[in-house]
Amino acid sequence: MNAVSIKGVSKQFKAGVTALQGIDLDVEPGEFVSLIGPSGCGKSTLLRIIGDLTKPTAGTVEVNGKPAERARRDHEYGIVFQDAVLYDWRTVAKNISLPLELLHWSRSKRNARIRDMLELVELSGFENHHPWQLSGGMQQRVSIARALSFSPSLLLMDEPFGALDEMTRERLNAELLGIWQETGSTVVFVTHSIPEAVFLSTRVVVMSARPGRVAGLIEVDLPQPRTSATREEPHFFELVTQVREQLAAAGAPLGETQEPALVEDQA
Amino acid sequence: MSTIVQPAPRSVGRRVGRTALDWIPALAVFVLGIAAWQGLVAAFHVQEFLLPKPTSIAHAFWDQKSALWSQGIYTFKEALGGYVLGCGLGILVALLFAAWRTLSSAFMPYAVAANAIPIIAFAPIMNNWFGLLNPFSKMAIAAVLCFFPVMINTLRGLTSVHPSSIELMRSYAAGRVSLFRRVRIPNALPQMFTGLKIATVLSMIGAIVGEYFGGPTEALGVKILNDSSYGNFTDAWAGIVMASLLGIVFYAVVALAERLTTSWHPSSRAFHTE
Repeated sequence: MNAVSIKGVSKQFKAGVTALQGIDLDVEPGEFVSLIGPSGCGKSTLLRIIGDLTKPTAGTVEVNGKPAERARRDHEYGIVFQDAVLYDWRTVAKNISLPLELLHWSRSKRNARIRDMLELVELSGFENHHPWQLSGGMQQRVSIARALSFSPSLLLMDEPFGALDEMTRERLNAELLGIWQETGSTVVFVTHSIPEAVFLSTRVVVMSARPGRVAGLIEVDLPQPRTSATREEPHFFELVTQVREQLAAAGAPLGETQEPALVEDQA
Repeated sequence: MSTIVQPAPRSVGRRVGRTALDWIPALAVFVLGIAAWQGLVAAFHVQEFLLPKPTSIAHAFWDQKSALWSQGIYTFKEALGGYVLGCGLGILVALLFAAWRTLSSAFMPYAVAANAIPIIAFAPIMNNWFGLLNPFSKMAIAAVLCFFPVMINTLRGLTSVHPSSIELMRSYAAGRVSLFRRVRIPNALPQMFTGLKIATVLSMIGAIVGEYFGGPTEALGVKILNDSSYGNFTDAWAGIVMASLLGIVFYAVVALAERLTTSWHPSSRAFHTE
């Protein structure tokens, strides 16, 4: 059974704007799959469709063999947004415990899990801090801890490190890989950074814009565990080049970071 | 690591208030203001009925302190009753409006229009409806005055939630009640308190002005009115001081409650980060 199974998914917004067209994609359990593409290629929309935060216009999505809505209701996935989306009125510990409260875990079980999660994201000792007392990188680690607190088999991440500086981003990339290996969860990761996608993923999905389509799949066969040394290997650069060329072939000018383009549906 | 870590949790005392040092400028202004008042009244021989000296007012206040206290408490009870009623309804209506958009779009225009009415003008009507001597006539006017600022501010707080906060709750399949309890209501607290603080002042105004249009002699507003009409302006001023003291204490208590419940909010943080 696939962790995620996407069949013929299209998404059309009002006024005839097509964000996604005919997306087919299967993600196997334990995979780390990155969605990469220019702004406006619908990669975030696709992630939100997997999470049943928005409905596709056509096609079906299954998570762990269940329709997306059922999967969401069954807490099959945890999600991390670009903003940490922490609640200022809750401490770090209480933010992590939010999904556990919603799942009616007992207090002692919650506290034990909060301790484990803080250890996992290396934030032990910060449980009584408020989010605004933490740096951006620490906030995002709290957000990851919250997403993983109830042990979902699938982790959805929407450009989680996009707002962080390069050094913090690379450190969190390495930490995320460690967490992924420790928890054995499946990750679907949206990014517009090519090195990030290559470093993290077992597979990179290259998407084209207007309308968003799958333009190519690249297997990343870099050995695990990956470290900062991985970033200096010749094969790493080969893969980065491969992704870059596929993006260019898909019609994305290099370095393009324009606003999402609203394109009329031709069909 | 680019961590901006602030000092670990502070003591409650530090969180609640400023230090004594912070109060010195305000205290200086108060002392200077009173001294200037006293000095100017004496220097220009301002007549007592126009503006009494602070010392005369203090003297009158001290002489009548027990009467003023009981009159103040009588009026304060009216204000408090109206406050609880008006603020309670304001919060309730804000919750209903936030939960049902159609309800909001149906009634909101009238709420906004009603807000523009000088409500205090209804004080004589309320006295007529509920009876001059019935404290409820003053509570009613105070309640109507409190209702709008609390309702409007609370509603704004309930609805100005970041969309990703709502998506996060949706990803956990959280229900409406949960969304209100865990996101919308805490998010609304700072703005709700803005309304609750404004309402403390309005409730005192409502009660006292209501009494100006008639009420029992044990009420502070009636005392101020009678003293004025008999030319005892120093006594009237003593009554105003009592009303002010009660208003300030009322405001301070609500402000303290705000500090205790929303210490996480940026407006409160400034006092305890350094």
